[in-house]
Amino acid sequence: MPEKAFCIQKHDRKRRNKEKIFHFIFFLTNAVSILFLAVLLIQIFIDGYKWLDWQFLTSFMSRFPERAGILPSILGTIWIMILTLAISTIVGIGTAVYIENFATKNFFTSIIQTNISNLAGVPSIVYGILGLAVFVRLFELGRSILAGSLTMTLLVLPIIIIASQEAIKTVPENLIHASYALGATKLQTIRKVILPYAMPGILTGTILATSRAVGEAAPLITVGALAYVSFIPFSPLDSFTVLPIQIFNWTSRPQADFQGLAAAGIIVLLAVLLSLNALAIVLRNKYQKRTEGL
Amino acid sequence: MKRILLVLALIVLVAVSVIGCGNSETASKLTGAVKIDGSSTVFPITEAVAEEFNRENPKVQVSVGVSGTGGGFKKFAAGETDISNASRLIKDSEKDAALKNNVEYIELAVAYDGISIVVNKENTWVDSLTVDELKKLWEPGSKVNKWSDLRSSWPDTEIKLYGPGTDSGTFDYFTEEINGKAKASRSDYTPSEDDNVLVKGIAADKGALGYFGYSYYLENKDILKIVPIDAGSGAVSPDATTINNGSYKPLSRPLYIYVSKAAIARPEVKEFVNFYLTNGPEILQQIGFIKLPDNLYSEGLAKIK
Repeated sequence: MPEKAFCIQKHDRKRRNKEKIFHFIFFLTNAVSILFLAVLLIQIFIDGYKWLDWQFLTSFMSRFPERAGILPSILGTIWIMILTLAISTIVGIGTAVYIENFATKNFFTSIIQTNISNLAGVPSIVYGILGLAVFVRLFELGRSILAGSLTMTLLVLPIIIIASQEAIKTVPENLIHASYALGATKLQTIRKVILPYAMPGILTGTILATSRAVGEAAPLITVGALAYVSFIPFSPLDSFTVLPIQIFNWTSRPQADFQGLAAAGIIVLLAVLLSLNALAIVLRNKYQKRTEGL
Repeated sequence: MKRILLVLALIVLVAVSVIGCGNSETASKLTGAVKIDGSSTVFPITEAVAEEFNRENPKVQVSVGVSGTGGGFKKFAAGETDISNASRLIKDSEKDAALKNNVEYIELAVAYDGISIVVNKENTWVDSLTVDELKKLWEPGSKVNKWSDLRSSWPDTEIKLYGPGTDSGTFDYFTEEINGKAKASRSDYTPSEDDNVLVKGIAADKGALGYFGYSYYLENKDILKIVPIDAGSGAVSPDATTINNGSYKPLSRPLYIYVSKAAIARPEVKEFVNFYLTNGPEILQQIGFIKLPDNLYSEGLAKIK
């Protein structure tokens, strides 16, 4: 008998040791990725910190690094961000609501569903080419902010639709049934029950998808975003440039000072992205509190 | 959401008013827009010219894109841009596309770029290369793997090659001039679309040789060694004089802008091109490009009169 107990003890120790080893390995993989990120960020902050000042934020492009600024690209990015967010939220939520609540499950809708999932994996440059053919040429929007935003909308739409669908699926059945039982119509149920409950998930998905789009350069270059702009974009039909294009442009210059400017541009881009993500968290918390009692 | 939009709108407004103040001492009344696109090699020149132009004419909206020479010509031929930057002459197919849309144009050379052959600073043996040796080294299927394969007096060190990627105009020009056919090159070299990567690679590798635009050599003079090129009449290294007077052969290439005839009828475009040819030569030297002989600029000015 004691022999068997010893055996179990030994086996147990082995299991626990194994667990410790794996714990360590997982910690290590985590640490490696965080380390790389930290090195990257520190490097960028060291390179870019001294270029980051008020003059940098409020000036136009220049061939002299000390005079160069990022204003048109910041404003271009903000324009693209707001328009993309506005258009893609409306279209995305509408589509998700339709698929989840109105569409009957048949061959046709399952094709749509599969296509949406597939579209989420299409490389962004493909959307750029599509945007050039459809929005710039066919709709004659030109190389405008609006054409860029619509292209970006295409890029983020599949992700937003999928995120919204998932959020709508989490709405408890009994809430919906209760709403119907009270005599509410389908539209009332969607507006008063489903959407408020699903809102935190929808908003998080939407804002995260948009913040990905803010970092994209390739589709916008294809659509015709510019590298040098000497004016502030006032309307959605003005031409524009965005932060990632400006940063890319600076990194390919021979003069070392422009590398510093690129780093400063990256800091600004990171700040824009982080504030978008922060906004997502704030909105989610706000809506979550409202639906907590349900 | 409303409040956030309001804050963003405020930021935009503040920014706009800041800029508005800066430009209050408006000298010129010229308005309108000049739309430019095309080569990324020519971009720094056009950008610098546009910057100076806007200092004098702040109300003209100048925009410059970087779709590449080919991409720029596509937009130019569709009538979407007024001026197209090009690091090579327009091709027949691009000409036809433009004519089909009734886009007539004026071709103006604006600068020289001398494609520079560079090696590592510690390379003590290379003092020049002939065009034939360059061809032997870079031609498709080249058997040259060591420096001693090129000249027997050179050491037995391996040659590591660096060059621009195949989408680059520099690659097209180099292969055309050296190997006799555009895009014909050996492919076992380290390519990069980013010339700064080439600079770093060559500076860190004793046996390295590579080529890229003159401005990148100029900025990295202290970490690279330039190789003078012998095209039959003695070895010449690229510098402002030799590229300008054409004695640096065959790797100095002219850079162009193409101006639409319909666009140049507009005063702002005409003034911009005028400014380009008058002040461009001064400006482009500040950023590592070489100006053309002066008479070419006056010929250009005559063309747009």
